[in-house]
Amino acid sequence: MVAGLPDRERIVITGIGLTAPNGNSLAEFREALLAGRSGVTPYEIRYVGKTLAGVCTFDELRHQKKKDVRRGTRAGSVGIYCANEAIRDSGLDWPNVDPAGVGIYIGVTEHGNVETENEIYELKGFDYDTKYWSHHHNPRTVANNPAGEISLNLGITGPHYTIGAACAAGNAGFIQGAQMLRLGECDVALAGGVSESVRTFGIFASFKSQGALAWHEDPARASRPFDKERNGIVVAEGGCIYVLERLSDARARGARIYGEIAGYAMNSDASDFVLPNPRRQAQCVRLALRRAGLAPQQIDIVSTHATGTTSGDAQECDALREVFNGSPTRFNNAKSFIGHAMGAAGALELTGNLPAFQDKVCHATINVDQLDPECALDGLVANQPQETAGVDTILNNSFGMLGINSVVIVKKI
Amino acid sequence: MTTAEIRLAVLDILEGIAPDEDLSTLKDDEPFRQQLELDSMDFLDIVMELRKRYRVQVPEDDYLELASMQSTVAYLEPLMKDMEVKG
Repeated sequence: MVAGLPDRERIVITGIGLTAPNGNSLAEFREALLAGRSGVTPYEIRYVGKTLAGVCTFDELRHQKKKDVRRGTRAGSVGIYCANEAIRDSGLDWPNVDPAGVGIYIGVTEHGNVETENEIYELKGFDYDTKYWSHHHNPRTVANNPAGEISLNLGITGPHYTIGAACAAGNAGFIQGAQMLRLGECDVALAGGVSESVRTFGIFASFKSQGALAWHEDPARASRPFDKERNGIVVAEGGCIYVLERLSDARARGARIYGEIAGYAMNSDASDFVLPNPRRQAQCVRLALRRAGLAPQQIDIVSTHATGTTSGDAQECDALREVFNGSPTRFNNAKSFIGHAMGAAGALELTGNLPAFQDKVCHATINVDQLDPECALDGLVANQPQETAGVDTILNNSFGMLGINSVVIVKKI
Repeated sequence: MTTAEIRLAVLDILEGIAPDEDLSTLKDDEPFRQQLELDSMDFLDIVMELRKRYRVQVPEDDYLELASMQSTVAYLEPLMKDMEVKG
């Protein structure tokens, strides 16, 4: 339980860097969430053709040379942008931070598909003669690539690795960072999640084959969790990385603190490759609550995972009703704005809610024209943001394929 | 391809590999590495681009011939003189 821990074991957020399809900073992202502005646009990708996606517009060259962009991966560039912005936001005296004391923990849904698909496409032009296969393939596709590129860019010599956790990965990155700080493995953690998934045709084609790829004439209305007419997922890219520190260190340097990682949990469904399991999801939420020393009615906002699939949304609502029955908790969803940012999804969705600690507003889930009765939740903030009396706790759900569940609770401090 | 055209072909490859560099001041008789930030992966890129664009195979034993613009062009001349300039 976090409550009662000494300050050196309490982990706080002191810097945030993000890129989302509708904003390249927390201020822009939050403004878009409160204004109901979608980041989903028409998109075209090899073999699949015309579809929809959430695409980011951050300036890769703000923190990278052209050569590094060319040599690396999009996930690496997303991570480098977010990490640099988070450090700048944290107010850390970066030139005097011991680079060996910084750990990099980046959640990814998948990595290497984009680069492998590109190479095979190129190779086709050479009749599949592997003499023409790039020597960049291995460094681009090793699973640690997105974290490793951050280490190279910032000269960080502490541990770096990715956490492969399907769409639970953003939360998993935060959890790993918090755990490593508690263990004393690092003094500053750069933790979160990234996604370059819009650049792999395979993810679109696979969702399409599964009958789970969203489509709507109006791209802004395609991602519609909880709505009766929802028809699947809008694939998105993005990233969100925190600077995490021990509360004692943050206080000693007078850092601005966004919130405390008050509780977390991860578990497994052990039931299906793709179908969620509401009982395990509920167990995961309860475990995080217990560790945070909080009751369901003490959670002000739940940032739901719902992706816009018929069964997934209903099952999550089933789990949430089981835990939060009768609680005054509000529920919202950021995927309705940006689509599903995969490895970055959980990280972005939690972060878009953090400003509520100050502005006391719960952003909405948009595109709920006709609420699906199976997704009816008391406290669902549909279509318009809601003013509240105050927000002290936010619980973020993120679930993924192969039955991986993650929950992070952040508390105002 | 003439000597000048081969030089332009190599320059075009270098522009892709070192996009941050100003190649207008490149001295042909000095090693690339003394003038540009190039590492071993970049040299492999030069070799790969020659292979992809012109089907020129540079065996590993000949990599040293690619040290400067002058030596690279001299090495490529017999291999590329009968080729057409790529549009």
